[in-house]
Amino acid sequence: MTEAEIETILADVVHRVAPEIDLTHVAPDDDLRQALDLDSFDFLNVLIGLQERLGLEIPERDYGKVRSLRSLVTYCKAAQR
Amino acid sequence: MPSLGADMTTGTLRKWYVKPGDHVSRGDVVAVVETEKAAIDVEIYEAGVIEQLVAEPGQQLPVGGVLATLRADGAPRGWVRASPAARKLARERGIDLAAITGSGPHGAIERADVERITAATEVPLAAPAPPPIPPPPTLPPPTAPTPERSGIRHAIALATARSNREIPHYYLETRIDMRASLLHLEQLNAQRPIRDRILPAALLLKAVARAPAAVPALNGYWLDDGPQLQEGIHLGVAVALRQGGLVIPAIHDVDTRPLDDVMAAMRDVITRARAGRLKSSEVTDATITVTNLGDLGVETVYGVIYPPQIALVGFGRITEQPWADAGMLGIRPVLHATLAADHRATDGHQGAQFLTSLAQLLGAPQTL
Repeated sequence: MTEAEIETILADVVHRVAPEIDLTHVAPDDDLRQALDLDSFDFLNVLIGLQERLGLEIPERDYGKVRSLRSLVTYCKAAQR
Repeated sequence: MPSLGADMTTGTLRKWYVKPGDHVSRGDVVAVVETEKAAIDVEIYEAGVIEQLVAEPGQQLPVGGVLATLRADGAPRGWVRASPAARKLARERGIDLAAITGSGPHGAIERADVERITAATEVPLAAPAPPPIPPPPTLPPPTAPTPERSGIRHAIALATARSNREIPHYYLETRIDMRASLLHLEQLNAQRPIRDRILPAALLLKAVARAPAAVPALNGYWLDDGPQLQEGIHLGVAVALRQGGLVIPAIHDVDTRPLDDVMAAMRDVITRARAGRLKSSEVTDATITVTNLGDLGVETVYGVIYPPQIALVGFGRITEQPWADAGMLGIRPVLHATLAADHRATDGHQGAQFLTSLAQLLGAPQTL
């Protein structure tokens, strides 16, 4: 899966959690939770959505590695291999 | 028309889910009522047969106005189960008992139920005349884009203004070492799939619900110049809405439910609060409220009590801070917990006991 495909899936998952959010306004290195105003429940729902779509379980200790759009996409891509 | 919050004075019937002759059971959703804040699924508290739908969809009624009449199971026509004190008070205040849902045995209406209904709309009779209000200064017109006056903003304005006008708040604050709690959750979550993970927010709720065991005086209402303490511990959880404003749905009996259950209930209620699908019992019967502003950064919150409740617990963000213990300085994840409580109902001593109990519970998370 390419980075662009992962980004599309992420945008879709975020849209389900918070329909009014437009991911295109977020800079690649912004803190996602802060930029999108996601609370801890929203963020957990995003991770659950990614798990469903990508089959990827992000462990809690890795939350620090998936803070921004860029790092999250990189993480998902690396985890696929 | 049920009172769906201390700030509600009227409601608009949007839809009936029942018709005359239908048999209903306690907890059935019978109608949708729109308040200034949201559309609420109204549940019925007593089993029986719908006799007559009095109000029509689109109609606006004051709290206490008659929506429909119900013949309780086993009751003769037109009979309402109510205590003598409730009947007397309802007569004095011109309220139809049939419009009230009772909280007593077998759904009987008690004095407190009548008081709760009237608390929202009541104006104190013997209030001293307010001092004359000076005319407002002439202000320039707004220069920044100003949002339209929304219903939810108006409802929050009413409730918070009433709270700060009527409730003599006192505030206490304590720092809580969250190391044991976070370690406990980390170990718990390491063995679980994402879907079953527990967030610190759920553990905090559980701890708040267990603390009134030590200090029951903080769980309940201040009504009619007296405390009305509650046995069930129903936590109101402040949920910020993305379009602005907040709602405070209740999660019931948090003290007796397992942690997993509390986490699931929290996810469910936050999702439904944001989608505007809350039930009437969820917006009316919280006995103490929790507000958690830690998610996006602030360390401390001094809350406004939601009337007629007695107390509100506030949590900030968990941050690493220097912590001295047994002559050693270390770094711990620290949570600032605050209590805003009604000084008519309790004193600082009890409030301090509550926060101490909360800190002890969070220091032994395996017991939660």
